[in-house]
Amino acid sequence: MKNCAWMVMIAGLFSVFPAQGQEESNGQALAATCTGCHGTGGVSSGPIPSIGGMEAQQMAALLHEFRDGKRPGTIMPQLAKGYTDAQIEALSRWFATH
Amino acid sequence: MALSRRAFIKFASAAGLACAMPMRAHAAGARVVVVGGGYGGATAAKYLRMWAPELEVTLVERDREFISCPLSNRILAGAATLGDLTRDYATLASNWGVKVVHDEAVRIDPDKRVVHLGAGDNLPYDRVIVSPGVDVLFDAVPGWESEASRERVLHAWKAGPQTLALRKQLEAMPDGGVYAITVPRSPYRCPPGPYERACQVAWYFKTQKPKSKVLILDANEKVQSKEPLFLTVWAEMYPGIVEYRPNSTLTGIDAASGIAKLEFEDVRADVLNVVPPQRAGRIAADTGLITTNDKWCEVDFLTFESTARANIHVLGDAVLAAPLMPKSGHMANQHAKVCAAAVIALLRGEPVNPAPMMTNTCYSFVSDAEVVHVASVHAYDKEKKTYLVTPGSGGLSSGPTTLEGLYAESWGRNIWADMLA
Repeated sequence: MKNCAWMVMIAGLFSVFPAQGQEESNGQALAATCTGCHGTGGVSSGPIPSIGGMEAQQMAALLHEFRDGKRPGTIMPQLAKGYTDAQIEALSRWFATH
Repeated sequence: MALSRRAFIKFASAAGLACAMPMRAHAAGARVVVVGGGYGGATAAKYLRMWAPELEVTLVERDREFISCPLSNRILAGAATLGDLTRDYATLASNWGVKVVHDEAVRIDPDKRVVHLGAGDNLPYDRVIVSPGVDVLFDAVPGWESEASRERVLHAWKAGPQTLALRKQLEAMPDGGVYAITVPRSPYRCPPGPYERACQVAWYFKTQKPKSKVLILDANEKVQSKEPLFLTVWAEMYPGIVEYRPNSTLTGIDAASGIAKLEFEDVRADVLNVVPPQRAGRIAADTGLITTNDKWCEVDFLTFESTARANIHVLGDAVLAAPLMPKSGHMANQHAKVCAAAVIALLRGEPVNPAPMMTNTCYSFVSDAEVVHVASVHAYDKEKKTYLVTPGSGGLSSGPTTLEGLYAESWGRNIWADMLA
């Protein structure tokens, strides 16, 4: 029985990696839709803003405001409407950590 | 602590192998060749190495320098130089370890998986990404056969010497002259390009040669991109200068006298500029990748792998586009990222992203400094197996602004860096 418990714990440990990998690649793919304008890794030479390293909550809040028509802009109010809450969260996390 | 050390090692190594094998073993040393170093190909080469440093990536590009087509219409107004739009490929090698070969990809052998180069070298590949852009179909325009006719009537639809030559023709034209631009039937590279060009020439005339005219002869029934914005700009910023004529199909030219032959009339211009009929670049045709209307390449939109040839992916303007997906440099940059991620997954034996997304952003200069945009979000639809514009997303500028002019310049610097630096 103890053996079994150990096996389950170890198996759990390993199964974390594919899940993390999936989240990583999902965030990476979504973030890649932004980097044509905002630069690789979200580093822009301006005046298009740099978004690389921005705090995740701050970026998600900005994108929600653009999407919901609460923040004026040029392109971003239109593009933000193409992303779901989950997608906004995933790409905001990716830019915060890369 | 009843788990024996031996049992632990046995279990852990089995689990580890199960995880690690598909991750690395299959992709290590895998060879990807990218043919064509434009917006699609250069981005693909960089992102392959950025996301999978274990891959060997070779980019084959005949030109030593990259010159951007987007923003090149500004040269016609005298608002930019070719140098402003030129970057080199050295950073792809130094920053990302892409092997850059400046040569012509003459032929691809899909069975032996080899790209044959002009200098005689062969590049074996596990997967090849072809981003050939478009070829100009001179033969589709009667009267455009001779070299002399092609020097007299320019297309300038690939930025470079033709762009500078067209600027010289405009400079040499006396005030009171007519510049005519013909637009082919869609789809063609850069849907708003002809109309942006008309604005750039009109701005030059308005400020330097105010008695001159711009005539747009469009084979299509209406303006193909940013229609309300361009119509407003022509009426309000260039009244009496720009004239737009839809349903004007070019049937031939008389290059020596600057005549555009339409179905029911001949139109004479002092400077005649033909935006040419186009098809996917030559190597796509020679490799059997063209599947539709003898012009464009159909792909599986999850991977951008050709539907006609295995292990060959096609990007950019050469692709038979999804609905409302323009042939644009920005779109090619987005194709490249979806394709690079899929190629890496396939080589590693991992699942391909089942729900890829792309965005398009396109700025057009309507004067020396004022700009309008169109933007859209494209998501893969698994039932229709294509990209559809996400309902409610995207749109146009409310009108021209200098703020968007600054954004457009920033976009150029950022996307060129995203491809090359």
